Amino acid sequence: MKNAAALKLTTPGERELVTTRSFDAPRQLVFDAHTKPELVRRWLLGPPGWSMPVCEIDLRVGGKYRYVWQHDRDGTKMGMGGVYREVVAPERIVNTEKFDEAWYPGEALGTLVLVERDGQTTLTYTMRYESRAARDAVIKSNMESGLAASYDRLAELLASTPVGRRS
Amino acid sequence: MQATHRLDTVFAALADPTRRAILTRLASGEASVTELAEPFAMSQPAISKHLKVLERAGLVSRGRDAQRRPRRLEPKRLREATRWLERYRRLWEGNYRRLDALLHELKTKPQAPGDHR
Repeated sequence: MKNAAALKLTTPGERELVTTRSFDAPRQLVFDAHTKPELVRRWLLGPPGWSMPVCEIDLRVGGKYRYVWQHDRDGTKMGMGGVYREVVAPERIVNTEKFDEAWYPGEALGTLVLVERDGQTTLTYTMRYESRAARDAVIKSNMESGLAASYDRLAELLASTPVGRRS
Repeated sequence: MQATHRLDTVFAALADPTRRAILTRLASGEASVTELAEPFAMSQPAISKHLKVLERAGLVSRGRDAQRRPRRLEPKRLREATRWLERYRRLWEGNYRRLDALLHELKTKPQAPGDHR
């Protein structure tokens, strides 16, 4: 995989965590992949061994979404959901986000922005946390507590993963 | 739920630059409160307050020497927290690699009949 496609984490504001990633596809497809349940449940799965039995999306301002993941072997479930605050197809979605068993206090606000250029789409996902401490810790401890080794492993992983692998 | 709460305490403790500096110092060996206060322009009570937060989060413990009462790093708890972060990155890299594959498929597959876009 090209380095340009590597995931980037940044912190422009004191309560924000921003993920940036580019995709070799037009924006409409990336938008569809985030908003059509039959597409969302094919990639938004987390670690191997999890599936997404519940994926409900009511894509309109004030509409709700609900995701539930389940571990294929032991049946463990993990759920989250929220409400859409802004929907501008195919470029912008703002929604609240709350895990059933949240590790951070309060609700987070997620903003998805898609920008297309020469057939490539850059995705920017901004999470805005209610607790600054949680956000700070996510990034700063990541940078300062010697995680270089895991970055290297990640880089190896990226280098060894063939593009266009189908599930 | 309890594990989640504990992680929260760890993240809150890690959010402060002085406390991260204290942990960095302790990573090279145990130290007394006096020794820890030296490099910082801070009073011992102020350092003690930070240490209390770190102790509550399980990131720092007290050594045996009753007089110096040296503090030392508890790497296990720190590892738990960083493991979470590592999982976060891995999780999203995994998700986006799957999304790459899906997008590739959508691009090359002819539109299904009835899909009017």
